[in-house]
Amino acid sequence: MSPLLELHGVEKSFGAVQVLRGVDLSVRAGRVTALVGDNGAGKSTLVKGMAGIHLFDAGDYLFEGEPVKVTSPKDAAALGIEVVYQDLALCDNLDVVHNMFLGREMRRFRLVDEDTMEQRARETLDGLSVRTLKSVRTPVASLSGGQRQTVAIARAVLWNSKLVILDEPTAALGVAQTEQVLRLVRRLADRGLGVVLISHNLNDVFEVADDIAVLHLGRMVGQIEAASTTRGRVVEAITTGVVPEGGAA
Amino acid sequence: MSADVDDRPVADPASPDPMPDNSLGGILRAYLAKIKGGEVGSLPAVLGLIALVVVFSALRPEQFTNSFNFANLIGQSAGVTVLAMGLVFVLLLGEIDLSAGFAGGTCAGVLGVFLTRQEWPLLPALVAALLTGAVIGLLIGLLVARLGIPSFVVTLAAFLGLQGVLLTMIGEGGTIPYRNDFINGLNNANLPVWLGWTLGIVCIVGYAVSTYVTDARRRAKNLTVQPILLWALKTGLLTVVVLAVVGYLSVERSRNPALTSLKGVPVSLLVIVGLLIVLTFMLTRTAWGRHVYAVGGNAEAARRAGINVFRVRLSCFILCSTMAAMAGIMIASRTNSVNPNTGGETTLLYAVGAAVIGGTSLFGGKGRVIDAVIGGTVVAVIDNGMGLLDQPQGTVWMVTGLVLLVAASVDALSRRRASATGHV
Repeated sequence: MSPLLELHGVEKSFGAVQVLRGVDLSVRAGRVTALVGDNGAGKSTLVKGMAGIHLFDAGDYLFEGEPVKVTSPKDAAALGIEVVYQDLALCDNLDVVHNMFLGREMRRFRLVDEDTMEQRARETLDGLSVRTLKSVRTPVASLSGGQRQTVAIARAVLWNSKLVILDEPTAALGVAQTEQVLRLVRRLADRGLGVVLISHNLNDVFEVADDIAVLHLGRMVGQIEAASTTRGRVVEAITTGVVPEGGAA
Repeated sequence: MSADVDDRPVADPASPDPMPDNSLGGILRAYLAKIKGGEVGSLPAVLGLIALVVVFSALRPEQFTNSFNFANLIGQSAGVTVLAMGLVFVLLLGEIDLSAGFAGGTCAGVLGVFLTRQEWPLLPALVAALLTGAVIGLLIGLLVARLGIPSFVVTLAAFLGLQGVLLTMIGEGGTIPYRNDFINGLNNANLPVWLGWTLGIVCIVGYAVSTYVTDARRRAKNLTVQPILLWALKTGLLTVVVLAVVGYLSVERSRNPALTSLKGVPVSLLVIVGLLIVLTFMLTRTAWGRHVYAVGGNAEAARRAGINVFRVRLSCFILCSTMAAMAGIMIASRTNSVNPNTGGETTLLYAVGAAVIGGTSLFGGKGRVIDAVIGGTVVAVIDNGMGLLDQPQGTVWMVTGLVLLVAASVDALSRRRASATGHV
């Protein structure tokens, strides 16, 4: 099966600073691909390029085997690519339903169709086996960190998206909530979506990821199957920029 | 943020929204919980209004509570209330429009120039006045939303500039009289008594039926819905208020009924209620309205969600200045003329005060159109009541300032409370 998303030789500079120097990445449907790397490795830039927020300077962008041009978040959304940002981008003053449909409100006779939106929001949350939200009409401000993350992820899958990119989804969460969110991430992949997970936390990575892509100073060190490697080797790859050959690290 | 909070099991997984307690006690408890959580809404304003009315009625039973004064109060406050309704949209964005008062005055001046001096027919003159408002809003909006100049500075400049425009248009010490019955009627005439009753009853029945049908439909679909008892309470309250107001305004209030009869609902109240319904509908039922709240709550989130933040901002400034044009015309209509001070003095400050007193947040993202009406009434009652107490203007302003300060404190405190308890 061909990868859902492929990048070849992607480059990006901001002025004199070259952030991405020919990065390759392939993301398969039904698998969680973790994107790891130290600060400044270019993870965020890579993701923003995939999401259409930045434009890659050079390189090929293939989605479902076809070359595509992603020049705005709208293009990415049209392809079925959704990004859950670290700061979640939720409006605290709006409730769960309105946040999930933000910017894409369903309409009937040119008016907001609250009924259908509420039904679909609830169906989506049920489909993700989310049982932690008491009411979909609660303002997002009154939710816990894990619940907010859940809302943001549910928003990303609401539109039959094919690829969900999660930027540090567990960074601000406690142990129990991290566990919940990771289970949710796993469920997305099990439903056949491609998932890109950016994380600093190798515990999380090894818990849910199928593939691990290691970035080092703007270069892709390598994409390794999680099952065939160890944490030590990944740490070495992150810090040295070389995938250790064989043997225990 | 402990695990047990997040993992709280839900009794019935098939309906994640547990049925709320539908008894009177349950409704009260839910309401109290909301207040404690910092969602005070218009409650302080309503309580304040009741307190003010009680005090003034006790001190000046003859003058304050008679229906002549009541109708008078509506006319006095109409301009400020309409202005405040427009300002709600700008305040929702977390912005301010200091120029709205003189924008209104300028538009009223434009109406005077075309209607009286140029002797245009009513409709084109009215359209020209409202368009002037829209253009003023467009310019302010472009400067704020495109160039990113703080709205405080842009509208402060516009406040000074438009004051000059109005003065130049009318001439030092001059006035432009309105000689059109429709325009002068807007804030002076009364509806026939039967029409007032009809519209009042249409309002009640319309509200009762539409909300009942919506609730029944949502209940059938198993969606979240207010308890039927709460619906009954709200409908009952609306019925009492509307019937009381219409009834009181339908009393003969002329001092010499044989000479001129003075009774019926003022046209200005019809204008206010009409605008209230239309604007509330826009804000709560259209995608645009949702986007206004979203931009006010978290502009960056709105932008990432694909909302055209620039267009939303621009539209709010245009709407605000167009409403200001209406307000200016209402104010000028009251005196049948425009002068260089129309929309000046305390008009704008009262209007901003009205919106904030009513419960609209200066921090953006929180507010309703009805806040402007409730707050506008509070401001008008203070102004009117203090006048009847023969208080000098200085005292009136000091008291009004104090009330505004209290309202802003309630806003800030409820916000702190809300962020502590996680409500907004």
